[in-house]
Amino acid sequence: MKDELVERIENNPKYNELLSKKNSLGIKLGFFVLVMFYAYILTIAFNKEVLATKIGDGVTTIAFPIALAILIISFLTTVIYVRKANGEYEDLVNDIKDDVKDIM
Amino acid sequence: MLRVLALISIIALSAFAAGDASFEASKRELNIPAIIMFFIFIMGTLALTYWAAKKTKSASDFYTAGGGITGFQNGLAIAGDYMSAAAFLGVSGLIYLKGYDGVIYAVSFLVGWPIILFFMAEKLRNLGKFTFADIAAYRLGQKEIRTLAAFGTLSVVVLYLIAQMVGAGKLIQVLFGMEYEFAVILVGVMMIIYVTFGGMLATTWVQIIKACLLLSGVTFMAVMVLYHFDFNFESLAVTAAERHNDGEAILAPGGFISDPISAISLGMALMLGTAGLPHVLMRFFTVGNAKEARKSVVYATGFVGYFWIIITIVGFGAIAFLNSDAGAAYFVDGKLFGGNNMASIHLSHMLGGNAFLGFISAVAFATILAVVSGLTLSGASAISHDLYSNVINPNATDEQVVKISRITVVVVGFVGVILGIAFEQQNIAYMVGLAFGIAASANFPILFLSIYWRGLTTRGAFLGGLTGLVTAVTLVIIGPIVWVQILGNAEALFPYKHPALFSVTIAFVAIWFFSKVDNSERGKTEKELFRAQNIRANTGIGASGAVDH
Repeated sequence: MKDELVERIENNPKYNELLSKKNSLGIKLGFFVLVMFYAYILTIAFNKEVLATKIGDGVTTIAFPIALAILIISFLTTVIYVRKANGEYEDLVNDIKDDVKDIM
Repeated sequence: MLRVLALISIIALSAFAAGDASFEASKRELNIPAIIMFFIFIMGTLALTYWAAKKTKSASDFYTAGGGITGFQNGLAIAGDYMSAAAFLGVSGLIYLKGYDGVIYAVSFLVGWPIILFFMAEKLRNLGKFTFADIAAYRLGQKEIRTLAAFGTLSVVVLYLIAQMVGAGKLIQVLFGMEYEFAVILVGVMMIIYVTFGGMLATTWVQIIKACLLLSGVTFMAVMVLYHFDFNFESLAVTAAERHNDGEAILAPGGFISDPISAISLGMALMLGTAGLPHVLMRFFTVGNAKEARKSVVYATGFVGYFWIIITIVGFGAIAFLNSDAGAAYFVDGKLFGGNNMASIHLSHMLGGNAFLGFISAVAFATILAVVSGLTLSGASAISHDLYSNVINPNATDEQVVKISRITVVVVGFVGVILGIAFEQQNIAYMVGLAFGIAASANFPILFLSIYWRGLTTRGAFLGGLTGLVTAVTLVIIGPIVWVQILGNAEALFPYKHPALFSVTIAFVAIWFFSKVDNSERGKTEKELFRAQNIRANTGIGASGAVDH
């Protein structure tokens, strides 16, 4: 990549906007998934009995809906990220490309 | 091609015939519907390979299916690569054996996906071409990085391959009564044909078809299980708890994860290992752009998540059905015929008779074939693209590179068959865990830091990555399974089965340290190159196009 192109893109406010928005969303969602997952794993490691709590009068434990919720929430975080990234962030990328078209 | 087809049929038929003798001993009859389904599938996929072979001309076609796969198709193919034999047969077998503890595996396997999406998928697509080493080698020294990456890839590929080969051999042995060795050879030969002739295009389509068949097959099983319990999970849970030796204990976490260190370590291996599996990473280069790469992860996460929900029902269904009076027929000397990994296979017979057993076993076989094909292809690209065309012979032509790949595929196929036979008695789940641990320790840290850390230098990546790889392998060898169970020592030098927590941390620290102390001119240039790399990773400016690489 030409030095001039690197300079131009790095000085483009939209590029900085793209980086800060994308990184902030990625880190927030990633952190959320990690906290959720490790909360589950550490509960299993330190306090299994909590997960053995039965639902109502049945034999099914709350461990099942919790596992289901982790699967569904993990999926939903990917949907949230891709909606943002393929919409708003992709528009910013296209704007940046337009701005530097002359030297690409 | 026709000759090859004929040859395969002869090999397969003679193997079936050869299996007859040992079969009498196990008192089971040759299952004709199962064999018919099996052959329909083999013929279908070979026809697909024939079609793909005609379309595969350039190196780009061979490695990335020409880059023209859509996000949805790629999502299915990624899910297919992930829903391996260990996942399908292994996790349903684990749930059958241990109840809820198997579900923990399923959950841990899934959470790696959002992480891949947020931090890796689009960057891989924008920076890479054929292999994940392309990313690290973007601004670092080609020779060092590609050599190390090739070894990381091959270690993971071989370990994973052994696990799949053993699974395939056992499956065919149980279903058709074929000799174990013949079954493994058959898998090896089929795999070599798919990959050498059809490349990534055939591998991807076999994977997509298999993913659809597997998802519909297990859905049918889950629906049939729930149908018997009026679509009420509670009634299924009550029956399963009644019929399992551990009673209601199977409905909550048990002794699977005993101490906090092991829990965190296993979670880390399963999560970060996913982001370091070479055959999965390679799939991001088959799509046209970053947008499709992101979409494919959403689809993959959806399919895999759905699969785990269904497998949970299938696993508990297996407890309820197989431990009944009617299920007694599937036991030999008080043990499930073929081992616990065959729980879902026997359940399919109870639920849908011989024809459905045939369908599920053909799908299970296809699962193994498709995964070993993907693995072999990534091993072949590590040798041909990373080692041959970037280190050994930088002036290599497209034809030479593809030729080297095909030779590698044949070699990897032979190695897989030999090791598959040698490791017949090894625990599949453990081998897969090991492969994940090495992927997490050797591949992931270099990949992650090369994308995100400006300060990374070649020296840091090479020495640190090597430290991670060596640490992971060493800790496994001196750990409880190899040191005590295999080598027969009294006490393990390293007390934990899963080394990822330690080896991943050591890899990150070592890469950081060796980069920090690297004050060479070359290191400075590499840090400076990060700016251009970051622009390309985030915007795709300068990235390889869909068709023209």
